[in-house]
Amino acid sequence: MKDEVTREERVDALGGMGCKRKRVEDARFTQGKGNYVDDIKLPGMLFGDFVRSPYAHARIKSIDASAALALDGVIAVLTADDLRPLGLHWMPTLAGDKQMVLADGKVLFQGQEVAYVVAKDRYIAADAVELVEVEYEDLPVLVDPFEAMKSDVVLREDLVGEDGSLPDGAHGPRKHHNHIFTWEAGEKEATKQVIDNADVVATETMYYHRTHPCPLETCGCVASMDKVNGKLTLWGTFQAPHAIRTVVSLISGIEEHNIRVISPDIGGGFGNKVGAYPGYVCSVVASIVTGVPVKWVEDRMENLMTTAFARDYWMTGKISATKDGKITGLDCHVTADHGGFDACADPTKFPAGFMNICTGSYDIPTAYLAVDGVYTNKAPGGVSYRCSFRVTEAVYFIERMIEVLAIELDMDAAELRRINFIRKDQFPYKAALGWEYDSGDYHTAWDKALKAVDYDGLRAEQAQRVEDFKAGKTRKLMGIGLTHFTEIVGAGPVKNCDILGLGMFDSCEIRIHPTGSAIARLGTISQGQGHATTFAQILATEIGLPADSITIEEGDTDTAPYGLGTYGSRSTPVAGAATAMAGRKIRAKAQMIAAYLLEVHDDDVEFDVDRFVVKGAPEKFKTMKEIAFAAYNQAIPGIEPGLEAVSYYDPPNMTYPFGAYVCVMDIDVDTGEVDIRRFYALDDCGTRINPMIIEGQVHGGLTEALAVALGQEIAYDDMGNVKTGTLMDFFLPTAWEVPNYETDHTVTPSPHHPIGAKGVGESPHVGGVPCFSNAVNDAFRAFGLRHTHMPHDHWRIWKTANQLGLHG
Amino acid sequence: MIPAAFEYHRPKDMEGVLAVLKEHGDDARVLAGGHSLIPMMKLRMADVPHLIDLQDVETLRGICMDAGTVHIGAMVTQAEIIANDQLAQAAPIMREASLQIADPQVRYMGTVGGNVANGDPGNDMPGLMQCLDATFTLVGEEGERTVKAREFYEAAYMTARDDEEVLTSVSFAAPKGGSAYEKQKRKIGDYATAAAAVILEKSGGTCSAASIAMTNLSDTPIWSEAAGAALIGTAVDAAAIKAAVAAMLGDIDPAEDNRGPIEFKRHAAGVILSRAIARAWDRA
Ligand SMILES: Cc1cc2nc3c(=O)[nH]c(=O)nc-3n(C[C@H](O)[C@H](O)[C@H](O)COP(=O)(O)OP(=O)(O)OC[C@H]3O[C@@H](n4cnc5c(N)ncnc54)[C@H](O)[C@@H]3O)c2cc1C
Repeated sequence: MKDEVTREERVDALGGMGCKRKRVEDARFTQGKGNYVDDIKLPGMLFGDFVRSPYAHARIKSIDASAALALDGVIAVLTADDLRPLGLHWMPTLAGDKQMVLADGKVLFQGQEVAYVVAKDRYIAADAVELVEVEYEDLPVLVDPFEAMKSDVVLREDLVGEDGSLPDGAHGPRKHHNHIFTWEAGEKEATKQVIDNADVVATETMYYHRTHPCPLETCGCVASMDKVNGKLTLWGTFQAPHAIRTVVSLISGIEEHNIRVISPDIGGGFGNKVGAYPGYVCSVVASIVTGVPVKWVEDRMENLMTTAFARDYWMTGKISATKDGKITGLDCHVTADHGGFDACADPTKFPAGFMNICTGSYDIPTAYLAVDGVYTNKAPGGVSYRCSFRVTEAVYFIERMIEVLAIELDMDAAELRRINFIRKDQFPYKAALGWEYDSGDYHTAWDKALKAVDYDGLRAEQAQRVEDFKAGKTRKLMGIGLTHFTEIVGAGPVKNCDILGLGMFDSCEIRIHPTGSAIARLGTISQGQGHATTFAQILATEIGLPADSITIEEGDTDTAPYGLGTYGSRSTPVAGAATAMAGRKIRAKAQMIAAYLLEVHDDDVEFDVDRFVVKGAPEKFKTMKEIAFAAYNQAIPGIEPGLEAVSYYDPPNMTYPFGAYVCVMDIDVDTGEVDIRRFYALDDCGTRINPMIIEGQVHGGLTEALAVALGQEIAYDDMGNVKTGTLMDFFLPTAWEVPNYETDHTVTPSPHHPIGAKGVGESPHVGGVPCFSNAVNDAFRAFGLRHTHMPHDHWRIWKTANQLGLHG
Repeated sequence: MIPAAFEYHRPKDMEGVLAVLKEHGDDARVLAGGHSLIPMMKLRMADVPHLIDLQDVETLRGICMDAGTVHIGAMVTQAEIIANDQLAQAAPIMREASLQIADPQVRYMGTVGGNVANGDPGNDMPGLMQCLDATFTLVGEEGERTVKAREFYEAAYMTARDDEEVLTSVSFAAPKGGSAYEKQKRKIGDYATAAAAVILEKSGGTCSAASIAMTNLSDTPIWSEAAGAALIGTAVDAAAIKAAVAAMLGDIDPAEDNRGPIEFKRHAAGVILSRAIARAWDRA
């Protein structure tokens, strides 16, 4: 008998946590064999397409669909009047507002859904869309939230009483007919006191422009109503399939057991696929009416113009400090442009998401935040584009404020951060705006980052560059961007986090098969994050079966346990925890089976990698494979047959990943072109499940950060026309624009998470945006710049240089 | 993003092309690489009931050089231009400019004929052709005629070509001296914020001939005779470049768009032209 296999080899054979397991998903994706919504083809399937408003604000006088209906192959043209009897012409939003499914008397943004054409194929549908005649009467357009708050023009007549009164909104009293809510956190008076009496105060207003997540695959669905068994199947690009099932049930009245929602392969989400869109509702209605499946898939322009913008925050900050740079207070006011309907995707009690993480990585004793949400004639959305709820905004805000304070203090921005970091011994740390940070070691990460890039050397080089520039020897400035971010991810504890009343727990159900392989199903859904790879690794380590023998399945509500889906970096913190906990239940039962098989007491066996061994006699053991078989073929007294477990995990707290980033760039002041010479990213996401997947996530997130910081925007003209509706103008970087990233890490496990993991998919985006932006701002610091708004595209950088007098 | 229905024609020769054009008049349009036309059709900004695909017309292909003159068939792709070493030797600016058009995928499809006939001020080849003083050959019902590139462009999408004519080839004398194509763009695959094509001849340390054309800075390409004249007879020193830039700025008329406001574009145009002149002079 050769049992020469070492313990280390047994660990390796599992492919468990910590190894660079190759993504099991990639075989099908790299061969073009993925199965996306648009790959679904059902017999007799019809196609839906929208007639959309060319106007940003207009009354609809009439809709004439007769020419469209006369076209061969057109089945139906739905308008709000057709949906009204069903009560489906409006639908609830995730933010406690409601939204028109099809224009009900007026339109509030360009591209709004006005009528839904159903035809035999998508070409006929597109032709029919052209034939629907809509008569509009244009209304004054409000694209500026500050204007909107002053204007007499009422955007939402449905939210104003007949006597002109303003009923409360979902989040309390409203100040104006175009106002949605005021949301506050922290101590208003105390903060004012601190700031008024401080040695030094820095003030700045910054615009975090409107942008869009722009996943490669746009949104879409296939609705199929089986009139025989009364069952509705809905395939779609859903980041939260269970929540969609519940929403569909609530608004359609179809009982939830008769609805099956399936998220097939999803080509990126980044928040775009969290919400419920008119396309889904109309497709469901069309399938119910026609009795055949109906497909709807957005094209790129529709995606950019209508479903789910991100950001659009005007943030004004005041930060105070002692003259040595110790921060004493922070005040933040946000004017948030939510567009025509408040359809932000945030937990119910957080209309501004987790913006109150805006004290960042710093020990700021006193702080106050107020956010005013405002209606304008722009598309609804307000999703968390590759971030936890509004965390990119919060981190951008504090990381810019720190830079502005450094200027005010005439201090080095790295040093200013260092002296204000929350110290390791302060965790768990209760922040002034309410959150309790679970863990962190910011100083270690910061010092490691600065050393890795030779920070002092970079500053010396930069000083020389400024001299050379002034002497006319170069036209390029050098910017050093710094960021230390703290995220708040893994929403979240059911006590304060819910979406539409659904607690934000998550789940995992495991079945071990007799031959020692397994299937695990989760309430989350991968959109490219590699769940099938990493969750199998968690389980491999927890239950001692090889990751390659574990299938991970998500996205089918008929089979997967209930969960709130994947966004806000919640999969590993919540569903990953559920997976570990379910695995531990499996292990607990396996322990009893092993003890029975080894004829010892339960407490006399212990788990060792892939087996239970008799304590003190490691040669006596039963492997998990053997135990699995025994669970199915032996009658074990007092133990039910089978080996299955399910866990619903309600996290006790959020997790708080952090990181230290440095960007070095050269800026051509004449053309505004930017050359990113170096980007160093140190991430601490706690326990690292798969370093290769982490690295991939960091590269992707940084690339989206680069996009947002350097040019990616949804811009409107004064008439509310979208100016950036195609990929010619909407910046999606390619390999050509992307620098070489250097990644690094420290490990500070989460103390409350079963495996100490925190989530990393969004960190690089959250930390990357301010890092790129700080680099641009920093390049001009020597010439008197305090702050310039993103996106830093060529002409805006040129304008900054121009205003500083750098063009002679 | 779905075009209106259209009839697809694929004739084998020019007679066939001209016959369809004649039959359908305004309702017909030729298709080359399709990378300008098809997006317009998908946006339903171009309505083309009859699409005539030129790809089977053999006579529109090929690059040939005789007695110092370069002839490029209308259906030659940007990728073929880049790959042709003989052409790169005779007119290096052709390869240099083509490499700055779009991305490799677009360049496998996009053709010289489509690029110059399109009349989009964003296209790079029209300015390049004006810089090279190229001649376009047009064939129509009435037979063949030639038009100078410098006289071809009237306004955005308006050219000297009649609707029922096909551009069959471009030709130009292999340039002497040094050349450079300089282009500022926001990202790969983008049209120019500002682009400059420059050819300079040097004799005894001074500039003896100069040709300068600018792209995407007016509703047509701009061949700036004055900018060239400002360099001739000079040693192409800083003062001369400054004068050339000033002259060029007198000829362009950029419009504001997502690439930036007018003042920025004028500034960028000056920088790009200065760089192109410096590089061309270095190579002259
Ligand atoms: C993403 C992207 C980026 C691009 N970037 C650039 C860029 O940076 N610079 C640049 O210059 N171009 C760019 N282009 C355009 C590209 O180079 C096009 O291929 C080119 O402009 C048109 O060539 P085509 O062969 O595709 O013409 P088509 O699209 O087939 O035709 C264009 C027009 O010309 C007409 N036409 C075509 N051939 C003839 C002919 N022989 N006689 C008469 N009329 C004719 C057609 O009827 C049509 O009206 C880009 C395109 C894309 C999609």
